[in-house]
Amino acid sequence: MSDYWKIDKELVKKVADNARLKLIEPEIEKFTKQLEDILQTFKEIDKVNTDNVKPSFHPQEIKNVFREDKAKEWKWDPLANTRNKEKKYFKGPKIV
Amino acid sequence: MTILDKAKEIQKKYSPFITIADKETKGKGRLAGIAISVKDNICTAGMQTTAGSKILEGYIPPFNASCVEKVLKEGAFIIGKTAQDEFGFGTFSVNCAYGIPKNPLDTSRSCGGSSGGASCITAAADFPHIAIAESTGGSISCPAAFTGTVGLTPTYGRVSRWGLVDYANSLDKIGCIGKTVKDVALLLSIISGKDEYDSTVLDAQEDFMKYLKPSVKGMKIGVPKEYFENVDQKISKIIWDAIKKLEYLGASYKEVSLPNTKYSLASYYIIAMAESSTNLAKYCGMRYGMHQTLQGNFDEYFSAVREKGFGEEAKRRIILGTFARMAGWRDAYYLKALKVRTKVIEDFKQAFKKFDVLAAPTMPVIAPKFSEIEKLEPIEVYMMDILTVAPNLAGIPMISVPCGLVDKMPVGLHLMGDHLQEGKIIQAAHAFEQVKKK
Repeated sequence: MSDYWKIDKELVKKVADNARLKLIEPEIEKFTKQLEDILQTFKEIDKVNTDNVKPSFHPQEIKNVFREDKAKEWKWDPLANTRNKEKKYFKGPKIV
Repeated sequence: MTILDKAKEIQKKYSPFITIADKETKGKGRLAGIAISVKDNICTAGMQTTAGSKILEGYIPPFNASCVEKVLKEGAFIIGKTAQDEFGFGTFSVNCAYGIPKNPLDTSRSCGGSSGGASCITAAADFPHIAIAESTGGSISCPAAFTGTVGLTPTYGRVSRWGLVDYANSLDKIGCIGKTVKDVALLLSIISGKDEYDSTVLDAQEDFMKYLKPSVKGMKIGVPKEYFENVDQKISKIIWDAIKKLEYLGASYKEVSLPNTKYSLASYYIIAMAESSTNLAKYCGMRYGMHQTLQGNFDEYFSAVREKGFGEEAKRRIILGTFARMAGWRDAYYLKALKVRTKVIEDFKQAFKKFDVLAAPTMPVIAPKFSEIEKLEPIEVYMMDILTVAPNLAGIPMISVPCGLVDKMPVGLHLMGDHLQEGKIIQAAHAFEQVKKK
């Protein structure tokens, strides 16, 4: 399992790109070192035997809550906080 | 001097606020005449809400969070929005985009984090005030301990999270910081309970004021031995003195072991970062907050806004969180962490079969100096949370109550209860607070 806990500059760059973060070279350098330290500490959880243990996505069991599917009036202007809009729409950057 | 004038004076000295209200309002109800400050990651209609991040600068929510709506109905006046680590990412409120709150007891020291502004204004206010704060991994208990205030983190699901700028959805809990146990019991009575906008809210309304009894007769207290490892000796001694005071008041105590405690830090950080990296994906400079001139394709535009808007710790957590969810790593990190969380919860469930309340130090150290914090590596900062992450992972209620001084700085006694047993920790904390005064 130990390979999972290794990280290098290439991987940091790949993950940052996936997360839409453009990092400059000194940042990649610094983060790689810091993340290495962090992962070396986190590696500790490999020692826990979790065979037949279920994951807890929530601290307690969460039950579905139902209500009638009735529309409610939406009082707020969804465009109130944007600078980039046209008519009733958000205006975004080019997709293609 | 009006309350707002006083708030502005306090702001000049200690910087607890990101935004201060324009005017005082008057209302009727259980909170009439009480100023309520709101952590900046909780939406307030017409008042800027940034969660301490530049990427949300200028965001004016058109609506109130459910908890804010509830306090307004009880006649409260919203005094302002309190400083915090960006999105809650920090232990010392130094990862702040709008100024760092200073500890009113010693301005060279931290107020704790991430609800540092909330604890700062609570400690500094000489007028009736209670803070709405929020904890993901210790962000109420830590600042309460560092400033000598009372911090109550309720059971996960007690208080609606609707209107909260999410950090980690399975961990976030809105709670309270006040000068006394009575203050936080009052505020929790008002902000808790069902809400049609948050399906994770538990259907369990209670009036917590009824637990403000002076006695703890017959109460069984467990003292988890792992919570005294790596703790400042002077702090350990004060905590043991506090436990003996509770014994004097009629409680009994016994040591207990929570064997998975040491694994809770990694489990917590992996889960919190995985969840936060998904939550932070939505900030891209289009609908609210920071904008730039639209140019380039979507990839270039979003990346440019995010590069500029997020602080360093946010970036670190986005990278680690994204990594922990990636194909190939997901099972080893994220799923493993969720399984370890199950074991941490089981530890608590076993302990609460025998005990009503668990007692421990809130933090392993007193409020550190800013000059000391500067020297810490990120992992060393994370390790400061070792005593608060396990109860937060388990979603159990906890209260930090001041119990003494080390080097003239306050120490917090952490009382933890089983799910929905806020009553017991409020009772124990209140009884302790009363005897401490004598």
